[in-house]
Amino acid sequence: MSTVTNSRSISVTINGTTYEREVEARKLLIHFIRDDLDQTGSHIGCDTGNCGACSVIVDGSLVKSCMMLAVQADGATIETVEGLADGEELSKLQQAFKDHHALQCGYCTPGMLMSATALLRENPHPSEHEIKKAIQGNICRCTGYWNIFAAVKAASE
Amino acid sequence: MLLREVGYARPGSLGEAIELLAADDGARALAGGQTLINVMKARAGSPDALVDLAGIEELRGIELGADGTLEIGAMTTYTELVASGEARARPIIGEVCAQIADVQVRNRGTIGGNLCTSDPTNHLPPLMAALGARMTIQGAGGERTVPASEFFLGVYMTAVAPGELLTKITVPAGRGDGFAAVTLGVEGTCIASAAASVDGGVTIALGCVDAIPVVLQPASTDDDAVREAVREANLDPPSDVHASSEYRTHLAEVLAVRAVNQARS
Repeated sequence: MSTVTNSRSISVTINGTTYEREVEARKLLIHFIRDDLDQTGSHIGCDTGNCGACSVIVDGSLVKSCMMLAVQADGATIETVEGLADGEELSKLQQAFKDHHALQCGYCTPGMLMSATALLRENPHPSEHEIKKAIQGNICRCTGYWNIFAAVKAASE
Repeated sequence: MLLREVGYARPGSLGEAIELLAADDGARALAGGQTLINVMKARAGSPDALVDLAGIEELRGIELGADGTLEIGAMTTYTELVASGEARARPIIGEVCAQIADVQVRNRGTIGGNLCTSDPTNHLPPLMAALGARMTIQGAGGERTVPASEFFLGVYMTAVAPGELLTKITVPAGRGDGFAAVTLGVEGTCIASAAASVDGGVTIALGCVDAIPVVLQPASTDDDAVREAVREANLDPPSDVHASSEYRTHLAEVLAVRAVNQARS
């Protein structure tokens, strides 16, 4: 019989490293990643599930980590923006972002990269419409969408 | 944001979940969390305990019966419904789920959560009402089934009583269905919506114009008959920053015609 507790011991694998921590049930996954594990690549933009800056891939599925509790991620394998590059070598998508100047202030970039990574993994050659749909949950307030779109398209070619 | 302190349990079976929910008036079921967690951030609701349904296998899956009946587990995500070959028995279900919010929300949000939230701006309450879905609810005393027409009781209120869970949505076989909405931005929250199903007669369910879906059965699928049925319903929808009551009433008529036209095409 499972019991109700205000905190739990969880085990989460992030970018290949397994972390075991005691967390409060009320802690959002994004706070666990940023505050407890000091992996600050994933950002908190709106904290209301609208902006997508906190997007990470949990067990292969793109999610907004401000709308998930850390305890819900117990046993999960998580990918964040820190896991995209291989040492100093950027992923093809990251390189395309650099080449196409797909970031201005850069705040939305970690989320954009994770959304586009999830897209290209499932659908390596998306249509223009599919690219737009895939980053629909990510807001860029520099309104640099066109360059972001061009970078994702370049990475898919 | 830091939530108020909350308890958490992840039961492995339906029976255990119901026991946990029944044991504490302040306990709430946690499905995909795409509404509930934000509600908790805003302190619009502060459950004492969350009973996470993620570990309950019985609440997952989509089955298509030989007679075309679809049985959808309450914890099935929108993404799963969009991808499901079985759900294509009523293609409108996948089409509408693909319009809900964005990839991230569709990956976590569930059909059961969408229905149990009973938010008038949600897509699935009017759709399930138009399709004639039946909801299976389980509690300590056993299982019961209620039609969509009796499931939605008010804003944020459904027939699921404390200590009970929506476990399954049963959608009968159908012929032609449609859905139309005016939303905040592409695929955003509905300002007004209409779902329609044509099978001999025609059933329309209007969303965002009352606390629960308004179900109408026009005399025929003709545009004029549909418009007349909506007018005769004497709708009195709320006004808000997105639309006045008059504009929503106008949209209801237009969207009902669009939904019926899709259903009969």
